[in-house]
Amino acid sequence: MSARFPHRLVKGGLIDRSETLSFSFDGARYQGFRGDTLASALVANGVKLVGRSFKYHRPRGILTAGSEEPNALVEIGQGARRDPNTRATTVELYEGLVAKSQNRFPSLAFDLQAVNDLFSPFLGAGFYYKTFMWPAAFWEKVYEPVIRRAAGLGSLSGKADPDAYEKATAHCDLLVIGAGPAGLQAALVAARAGARVVLADEDFRAGGRLNCERMEVATLPAAEWAAKVVDELRETGNVRILSRTTVFGVYDGGTYGALEHVNDHHAVIPDHAPRQRLWRIVAKRAILASGGSERPIAFGGNDRPGVMLASAVRTYANRFAALAGQSTIVFTCNDNGWLTARDLIAAGAEVGAVLDTRGADEVAHLREMVGDAPVFTRARVTSTSGRKGLKAVTFLNANGKQVTLSADCLAVSGGWNPVVNLTCHRRGSPVWNDRIAGFVPGSDTPKGLLVAGAANGIFSTHGALVQGTELAGEALADLGFKAPSVGVPDAEDAPYAISPIWHVAEPKGKGGGRAWLDFQNDVTVKDVEIAHQEGFRSVEHMKRYTTLGMATDQGKTANVPALAVMAKLTGRSIAETGTTIFRPPYTPVAIAAFAGRNAGKGFAPYRLTPSHDWSKEQGAVFVEAGLWLRPQWYPRAGEHSWRDSADREVISTRRSVGVSDVSSLGKIDVQGDDAAEFLDRIYTNTMSTLAVGRVRYGLMLREDGHVMDDGTVARLGEKHFLVTTTTVNAGHVMAHLDYCHQVHWPELDVSMVSVTDQFAQFAIAGPNSRKVLEKLVDKGTKGDGRSGDLSNEAFPFMACGPVTVCGGVPARLYRISFSGELAYELSVGARYGDSMMRAIMEAGREFDIVPYGLEALNVMRIEKGHPVGSELNGQTSAADLGLARMVSAKKDCIGKAMANRTGMIDPERQVLVGFKPVAHDEELTAGAHFIGIGREAVTANDEGHMTSACYSPSLGYAIGLGLIRRGNERHGEKVRAVDLVRGRDVEVEICSPHFIDPQGERLRG
Amino acid sequence: MRLPCPLCGERDSGEFVYRGDATVVRPDPGAPGARGAFHEFVHLRDNPAGWHKEHWYHEGGCRSWIVVERNTLTHEVRGAVTAAAHTLARSAGGAKAEQEPEA
Repeated sequence: MSARFPHRLVKGGLIDRSETLSFSFDGARYQGFRGDTLASALVANGVKLVGRSFKYHRPRGILTAGSEEPNALVEIGQGARRDPNTRATTVELYEGLVAKSQNRFPSLAFDLQAVNDLFSPFLGAGFYYKTFMWPAAFWEKVYEPVIRRAAGLGSLSGKADPDAYEKATAHCDLLVIGAGPAGLQAALVAARAGARVVLADEDFRAGGRLNCERMEVATLPAAEWAAKVVDELRETGNVRILSRTTVFGVYDGGTYGALEHVNDHHAVIPDHAPRQRLWRIVAKRAILASGGSERPIAFGGNDRPGVMLASAVRTYANRFAALAGQSTIVFTCNDNGWLTARDLIAAGAEVGAVLDTRGADEVAHLREMVGDAPVFTRARVTSTSGRKGLKAVTFLNANGKQVTLSADCLAVSGGWNPVVNLTCHRRGSPVWNDRIAGFVPGSDTPKGLLVAGAANGIFSTHGALVQGTELAGEALADLGFKAPSVGVPDAEDAPYAISPIWHVAEPKGKGGGRAWLDFQNDVTVKDVEIAHQEGFRSVEHMKRYTTLGMATDQGKTANVPALAVMAKLTGRSIAETGTTIFRPPYTPVAIAAFAGRNAGKGFAPYRLTPSHDWSKEQGAVFVEAGLWLRPQWYPRAGEHSWRDSADREVISTRRSVGVSDVSSLGKIDVQGDDAAEFLDRIYTNTMSTLAVGRVRYGLMLREDGHVMDDGTVARLGEKHFLVTTTTVNAGHVMAHLDYCHQVHWPELDVSMVSVTDQFAQFAIAGPNSRKVLEKLVDKGTKGDGRSGDLSNEAFPFMACGPVTVCGGVPARLYRISFSGELAYELSVGARYGDSMMRAIMEAGREFDIVPYGLEALNVMRIEKGHPVGSELNGQTSAADLGLARMVSAKKDCIGKAMANRTGMIDPERQVLVGFKPVAHDEELTAGAHFIGIGREAVTANDEGHMTSACYSPSLGYAIGLGLIRRGNERHGEKVRAVDLVRGRDVEVEICSPHFIDPQGERLRG
Repeated sequence: MRLPCPLCGERDSGEFVYRGDATVVRPDPGAPGARGAFHEFVHLRDNPAGWHKEHWYHEGGCRSWIVVERNTLTHEVRGAVTAAAHTLARSAGGAKAEQEPEA
């Protein structure tokens, strides 16, 4: 043993001694080697105490060497990269790694809250429900904050995650989960057959237990054989090897979720590289070779640092050349535990004793393995001692006599559990197998998933290799591949003999302290007994009452021993007791990995209007409208608020001319022999009577009779229409049209496509809009009917048609108006959008044209009483919005039948009207509720609410639109607009919603 | 979950939008009792535990509405046809309409 690393063996192991890596744990500097995990490096440095427990702040050490670890949870990284609750046993060591222990204050060695442990009689099963019940008000203010501070694991950095995560999809013939002997052999068979294979393994080194045991496969050291197989798999070219990848869930249709730790083993992640990658693997067949997991035995003080699973002690010694203790005692109930003693002795370490719960006859054949190490049969460990780490082990020998031996490591083997979790993700139930005293996969495993090796209860290496070969052959035959003949290499084929023991019951008067089942959630055998006494007989109830198995490790080491304890209490067998349900994920997956690139702005990328760059040059202030980023107003020098800018934009537009990019409106091109008939069935009003070259305002209902959306319908040809939708409903209306056509009326000859992104569209509004357009639209005919004549006679209100602009650019012109002014909408191909906007501004310069944003657009539509989203709120009918005349009596349309329901035509309904303050200097707010004058502002007196409100620069006072009961009959009546949120109570007069030019003379001018 | 789009082949369910029951048929608005029929069509749905026909929209693909036969207990998918073919088959005659969708 070297002096530098007193626990590190001088030779052996799968570590690269030529590459020393330095790291820190709780501020202290240590060194490890390439190939270490954080846990193995800590073991090699003699660090025993690595964390404090969740509830009692008990000192805890490393229990396992794999992903089932309940104790050794640490924070990795610093600052925004701090990652809490990481299992030290799965962290690949890298240069500069910074790790910290969790749940301790002020330090790991001296934890003030360890006082909780003294109060443990009060913190047992169900303590939340019992202790903190009265008075009720204390829960939120006193109990919960105290508990939250005391309990818990690691803490989040509270900063935004600086790393990138990504998602990927893979398709394959065969997915092999786990690269132990069964998995490697299965992958090899499939690879040689030419199948597309994905081999996923959570470790950074393929091999599974082959890397951890002193044995040979095909006359090679087992790890060497594994490396050789991996080399061959790589060379075939049809195998994707995903190392550091945990398959965490099984989903429908042969879909598997997997998390690849792409760069978690680097201190600095290369630019543009993801930290983790979430795989969606679609596999025709899968072989689960997830192996086994050793289980602990419950006895007094079995949570003391230094008490470790026997297989983990063996893994640290064999794979990492690290000794968990200077003097080790082995406590086992099965043959497998003896291997630990054998391997430690072979490594030159001291084995204090082998304690087997079984009789001398049963272990006689094993004795030669451990040389002259003392062996105690029918032995049961009752307690341990040592304040922050194990110092001595007390057990009862075959004669019932208490013996105490000193040791700093106790290697425990309670037998092995097949890792069946993934077989249960589709609600399969594992079944109890007496031979191995463990649960094996049942017959209801997910479709297409076969289970091989230890995961299926086959614990010998030879058995795993055989089953991997056979099941791969079976899967390949199913898929029509010719399975090659692949020999099964020689390997150990030792029988697995176990005489299960779950809990060493404390002998009377020799109580060894609490016996832990769930280390992470601090659940003891006594807690399970209390739950039983209090009537929690179902495993699911016991789980929730004691919280056993509900920590981040999901009880991987705890569940089966707890079931056994419970079975004993109820007098039932373990098989009858059953298991709780395993659900994905198998190990924790960061939310960031599920989000992938869809985080931050990537969650909802902006859509930009074609003139966005131009607007940016003008210093526009932008606002999100659905996914779109649209100019809200265009500030000018000397303007101090958005109101200054918006008021100016409105006044300039109404006085002369303004322009606005309205490309975000949904545009759907509808064509076909039956296009007109189809639109008749969609819209409340008739579109088939629309003349070519004309536009009509259209209203569509949902089938339940409420208004869905509005827009314009332009007839570009006999069989060709262009319909527009509101910005936010564009996708929804497209889906609706597709639904109505394909589901209701597939016999109609009609085709449609969204062209929202294909066209840039500009609203040019105001008395001078025609003059601006006359400068842009090309004159003269070319025999194609495009006269370019924009006079009122040639191109009246609601006309539309093709034109060319700026010397030949094809365009469409619509004489429609949202502002209430003489107005046009000009549409060109999206790529002309930017230059079109610049050309419009140039042409309008002599008329002092202004660009206007969404605020001005909104003010002008309120002044005209046009409903938008706040009025089309999903609860209003056409009649509510004053649009009853738009529902044709002569034909059916979607929603018409239901729009005539009693409740929909109730005269008491709230309808859309206008509101103006009685005192003209008052402001109005959207969201205010209407209450009768002199009445109390309570729900019972609520008559409706203000849906939109603004200051009207055209009128010089505030105006609003709102829904109020029987509004049409109440013009001139005064009510109050009460806004309790903003503390306003304004007397308003009900009026027509058309505040400006109610006869529409301007837009027809 | 994977859905077999009749036009695009088997695709991940993330490409589709779920709508619901595909067994309801829009009533004839001119027929007697249309009001009650529309009430049922809009509001009333069976919630079978087992095989069910559902409308899915391949919005992230070919924009087809499809009728998927799915087992609501197991998520097993037996097959799918385009909604258009499904509707046309139904209007072509009662017997044909009840045919199982093809994968």
